[in-house]
Amino acid sequence: MDVGLMQMQRRLAEYTSALFKEGILDSQYVQLQELQDESNPDFVVEVVSLFFTDSEKLLNDLSRDLAQQNVDFKRVDAHVHQLKGSSSSIGAERVKNACIVFRNFCQEKNIPGCLRCLQQIKQEFLLVKSKLETLFKLEQQVVAAGGSIPTSGSLPTVQQPIL
Amino acid sequence: MSTLTSSCSWKAGDGVSDQFPAGLRVLVVDDDPTCLRILEKMLKTCQYQVTTCSRSDVALSTLRDNKNGFDIVLSDVHMPDMDGFKLLEHIGLEMDLPVIMMSADDGKQVVMKGVTHGACDYLIKPIRIEALKNIWQHVVRKRKNEWKELEQCGSVEDGDRPQKHLEDVDYSSTANEGSWKSGKRRKEEEDDAEERDDSSTLKKPRVVWSVELHQQFVSAVNQLGIDKAVPKKILELMNVPGLTRENVASHLQKYRLYLRRLSGVPQHQAGVNSSFIGTQDAGFGAISSLNGYEIQALAATGQLAPQSLATLQAAGLGRSAGKSGISIPMLDQRNLFSFDNPKLRFGEGQSQQNLGTNSKQANLLHGIPTTMEPKQLVNLQQSAQSFGSMSMPVHTHGAQSSSLLMPMGQPQARRHVISESGSSRPPVLQANMGQSIMSTGLVGQALGRSGTAENGRGLGHNTILQTSSAMNFPMNQVSDAPVSSFPIQSTFPTSKGGYPEDVNSSIIKGPGGGMPSYDILHDLQQIRSNDWEFQNVGVTFDTSQPGNSVQGNIDTSGLLLVHQGLSSGQSSNGHNRNISAAGKSLLSADGNRQVTTPNVGQPPTSLVDNPVQIKTEGFPDMSYQAVLYPEHYSQEDIMSAFLKQQQGIGPPDSEFEFDGFSVNNIPV
Repeated sequence: MDVGLMQMQRRLAEYTSALFKEGILDSQYVQLQELQDESNPDFVVEVVSLFFTDSEKLLNDLSRDLAQQNVDFKRVDAHVHQLKGSSSSIGAERVKNACIVFRNFCQEKNIPGCLRCLQQIKQEFLLVKSKLETLFKLEQQVVAAGGSIPTSGSLPTVQQPIL
Repeated sequence: MSTLTSSCSWKAGDGVSDQFPAGLRVLVVDDDPTCLRILEKMLKTCQYQVTTCSRSDVALSTLRDNKNGFDIVLSDVHMPDMDGFKLLEHIGLEMDLPVIMMSADDGKQVVMKGVTHGACDYLIKPIRIEALKNIWQHVVRKRKNEWKELEQCGSVEDGDRPQKHLEDVDYSSTANEGSWKSGKRRKEEEDDAEERDDSSTLKKPRVVWSVELHQQFVSAVNQLGIDKAVPKKILELMNVPGLTRENVASHLQKYRLYLRRLSGVPQHQAGVNSSFIGTQDAGFGAISSLNGYEIQALAATGQLAPQSLATLQAAGLGRSAGKSGISIPMLDQRNLFSFDNPKLRFGEGQSQQNLGTNSKQANLLHGIPTTMEPKQLVNLQQSAQSFGSMSMPVHTHGAQSSSLLMPMGQPQARRHVISESGSSRPPVLQANMGQSIMSTGLVGQALGRSGTAENGRGLGHNTILQTSSAMNFPMNQVSDAPVSSFPIQSTFPTSKGGYPEDVNSSIIKGPGGGMPSYDILHDLQQIRSNDWEFQNVGVTFDTSQPGNSVQGNIDTSGLLLVHQGLSSGQSSNGHNRNISAAGKSLLSADGNRQVTTPNVGQPPTSLVDNPVQIKTEGFPDMSYQAVLYPEHYSQEDIMSAFLKQQQGIGPPDSEFEFDGFSVNNIPV
């Protein structure tokens, strides 16, 4: 067995496990992984990419809406709600949590609070984005080396490949 | 579109049934691309046949273009172009499909709203695949209810059904589909009968209530008068070969529901309506919900006996969507309607009948989603909000839209504003071309609501919401010819469950927003909620009196209608508003009652011809939705039927159960 492959797999497993432990990803991500199959081998990447694109747009809209003279809180709330929905659907737990906090400030019509939250959301978003991108790279390496990507069935334990 | 049979693999064959629920045809609507993609994949993994949409309008047109092409709809709540609840109503009214709402929002209010608008389930995002694996149960349940309804109402009507039943029996050999199949069978059976008269080529199980057919229907109803509109007589008047009494009965039921819904619509806005409009979908729930409204409406008109009002309110409000509450309301409703007669304008205070029917209808509404018939009341699920469209079941089907009008769902459309009391509203509704019956049921609803109120108006409102045909049927005609044209404005009971039948034609495709359904509303008001209900001619509203002579036909529809009517009656103003709102979208806002099915293209004359024969006999707005209920509600006593149903109903939507909903909690 290719030691190199095993090592890669191990690294991948550890990395994935850490993401769950840190709360960056949650069990919903596992659902996505489980949906991936031979007919859709890139399902997870596809969906996550959709999420990134869509979220970036939402974040921009939010920035713009909050910068208005008269902030339309309904609109802002609608955007955040959507972001909350999509982040929760892919398992970006921290982003989702930040959205929840944001919504509270929104309801209070607290603009400074909203702005702070928006910053927070952006940070979490960038974090999850970079982490997932790294994860995908690792996965690609494993696959390229002939291995398969294990599904993180039970978080956060990562199955250590038996060497 | 696949007809019932085609639905899939389920049908028929033993082998097929084994595969169930594989192949379930699901339509998913969500503006979030990420979620949409995930859901699509999950559903495919469950072996369902998935179609995705990111916009509500696209979803609606897809549904309209493919009647019977889908078994269930999953919709997000928050969408930019159209509120998910509105879509829910539309679907309920027009297509009477089960709709599941989804949202990241798990607030109680929102979930309640889903319930009241007739959603058969509410999923919180993130959605897990396990939750999706079981959505087929809603389809089965609905069919089952429809089946039950049919049985109930068909019993008295005639022997046609039995035969049909037999035929259907052949179909499903396997046991498991048992209920589902039987439900389907029943539906098919009915459909077959109905089909005969039109689009026979389609071989659809259900009769397609085209605009013309609906118009004929509405005229007949008007001629007879809501009170006396018995399926048999209507059938005779219509003189359409191939049409069976059952067809008419079920259509009448829907129509009544629709009317009811119309009358109740306005309330919706008031918040009250919504609750019951929503319930309408629930079928039974509708009744209860209606009760609330209707009660109020009636009460408002002073017609409602205090006690009934109380009861109804309690029932209705409490339920708001719960169908269970219906039993009580039903009773009251009946009473309500009785009084409402004066309100109804329609003519004869059929209220009573309505009441009876209402309950039924209410149930129907509730069951709208469940009714098997596609045409069924378009699930007014769309939330009462959409009611704006008046829940009046614009069954102006009178026009007989032979076209595929929403398959019986049209009842709503049918609502024809039977209020023809004299106004010969262009039977607009019928023009609905059937499809549009309700462009979202809203109209129906609105009509329903307004119907009651407006019944007097000449139901011209026929909320003939034309559904797909985008006919903007201004249906509002209500004012003019109340009856025949049910100004669909109101839209067919948007509540999904509501007017499935009428909706077809009446769905006035309100342009999204401008619901001019107001016109209908006005009319509806005249109609006085009760009138509408009776209008459900299909529903043996004959019950001109409490005795409900409703011949068993759609008792429920009457009841339901009553529901609607009740609410609408009262709130005619309110209704109008509501309806208007709803109707807006539905009615292509013509603003004027032009029910003349302009869009429909159908010769409004037919509708108009019958000028208002609609005796608004107090056609309780029984929101056609109620019609959903067993088409042939031949119960002598609507109330009992209703009650029976209620008891029986319990199940389908537990959500609607009245679990002590707080009355004022009719959040919409």
